[in-house]
Amino acid sequence: MRVIALVKRILLQIRRDKRTLALLFFAPLLVLTLMNFVFNGNEIKPELGVVGANKPLIEQLEAADIIVKPYEEVADIKDTVKENKLDGLLQLTADSFILTVTNDNPTIAKMIEMKVKQLLQLQAQPSFEQAEATNQLAIQTDYIYGSSETVSFDTFSPILIGYFVFFFVFLISGIGLLNERTTGTLERLMATPIRRFEIIAGYLISYGILAFIQTIIIVLFSIHVLDIILVGSIWDVLFINIITALLALSLGILLSSFASSEFQMIQFIPLVIVPQIFFSGIFPLEGMADWLQGLAYIMPLYYVAEALKGIMYMGLGLSDVVRPVLILVAFIVCFIILNLFALKKYRKL
Amino acid sequence: MNNQTIIANGLSKAYGDKIVLNNIDFATEQGRIYGMIGPSGSGKTTFIKMLVGMEKPDTGSVHVLNTPMPNLEVLQRIGYMAQSDALYPTLTGKENLQFFASLFKLNKHEQKERIAYVAKLVNLTDDLHKKVTNYSGGMKRRLSLAIALVQNPEVLILDEPTVGIDPALRFQLWEELIRLKEEERKTILITTHVMDEANRCDFVSMLRGGSIIAHGSPQALKDQFDVETLDEVFLHAGRTSI
Repeated sequence: MRVIALVKRILLQIRRDKRTLALLFFAPLLVLTLMNFVFNGNEIKPELGVVGANKPLIEQLEAADIIVKPYEEVADIKDTVKENKLDGLLQLTADSFILTVTNDNPTIAKMIEMKVKQLLQLQAQPSFEQAEATNQLAIQTDYIYGSSETVSFDTFSPILIGYFVFFFVFLISGIGLLNERTTGTLERLMATPIRRFEIIAGYLISYGILAFIQTIIIVLFSIHVLDIILVGSIWDVLFINIITALLALSLGILLSSFASSEFQMIQFIPLVIVPQIFFSGIFPLEGMADWLQGLAYIMPLYYVAEALKGIMYMGLGLSDVVRPVLILVAFIVCFIILNLFALKKYRKL
Repeated sequence: MNNQTIIANGLSKAYGDKIVLNNIDFATEQGRIYGMIGPSGSGKTTFIKMLVGMEKPDTGSVHVLNTPMPNLEVLQRIGYMAQSDALYPTLTGKENLQFFASLFKLNKHEQKERIAYVAKLVNLTDDLHKKVTNYSGGMKRRLSLAIALVQNPEVLILDEPTVGIDPALRFQLWEELIRLKEEERKTILITTHVMDEANRCDFVSMLRGGSIIAHGSPQALKDQFDVETLDEVFLHAGRTSI
């Protein structure tokens, strides 16, 4: 009963605060859309100068999205590349290939290198084998996850969705309870017969409702408007995100007891939020030092990312991500218990 | 039957080296108004918070309505008004009242009746639909008082209730406090800076440096120190205790 009163009041307060509502519901959409544009940008077509190539090779290069500029003869390779603003130059002689890449952008350089190598291998084969057979042998690539259409945004967008749910719910719920502390209303509540767990429950439920709506908006928007890949069930995605929201909620209100102003709450972002994104799987963990990898296991968002990536990208079901989900639930329970203790400084009961 | 509503025994509290309360004994009876006066920093608010169970004494005990504090059942029967207005600014006056009322065991009908009654009492009936952000300081004070009264408590603990309230309304509030004391036999404990208000209390306790330096009815105190005003009592009592 008292919990309901608290929930009603918090929701009413948030409804009056239009900016916070907008932040909660639309800011994640805006950021996701921007990131979508940034990472889904059309692939750059590198320009490659070619000396002494035959027609089929040029056609194949062009088919591989390379802009080919044939040259009869090149006196100074470096000058030619610089003057014509090429990304690379390929020289073919009777017995050797020399590829010169500009390498002002390593990604483009790698791409040219890879494509040219592939094509030259194909070219080389007909000289030993029958020409017809190779034409049919044209390399076929199989993808375990995603497809040839896969862009990097697809692989980490599930992580981003979880991350935004976490970030915005953390911030808003934390500041919500903090406001209650700084204005003295929390202390005032302690002079009423409300129990500590009722306060925590009230906050969890009211912000949980908001987080639920937010999650639905973000997930639907990501899948239907941004066309983010979703192989698994949308219900599973919603479920994981609700867990994420509860996690952010319990951590947010817990940390708010260590902050004495909104400013101090913001200071938790570089401490608590930002490091988690490094360990959530957007950057490959395998390349990190062992002790750094170990850090990932104490970061809740690592498990959120694991579960969401599993469902959205690899098409796993809930039963396949039981482990991360259970660990997340353990985190939540832990934070809630700590919250009850944190409120003890106001009243013993 | 025991008429004593608040009993505090040997309350002491220190924050580090600083002694805030030093061995305070205090008791109240039904149907009386108790005034607690003392300069800021004398420990008034700490003392009051201990009575409500929001602050834990280092030593000593508090019983309210024959129950050791803190106790959630008893909190239902205590009306508390904090020194700072603890209100939700984005909500209207009425929504604030409704929220606090719903934390107490009041049914819908009682709730409505009590809200209308306390709003009228503090002269806020016409402003109930306004958001608290738009309230003046005095209006916020009055709303806080209304909230303290909303569950019709037997014990009222008011921390500087009349700060920022104009004289006409202050007069009206005192009339009401006296009515509550006489007709409803409530125990009222208020802290104040205003000696004129202290004069209207049945008993006055003077607090300085965490100790009660004088206690008694206003007249008895004046007689004891052979002076005309409570201000002088305070000065004399302070001198003798140091």
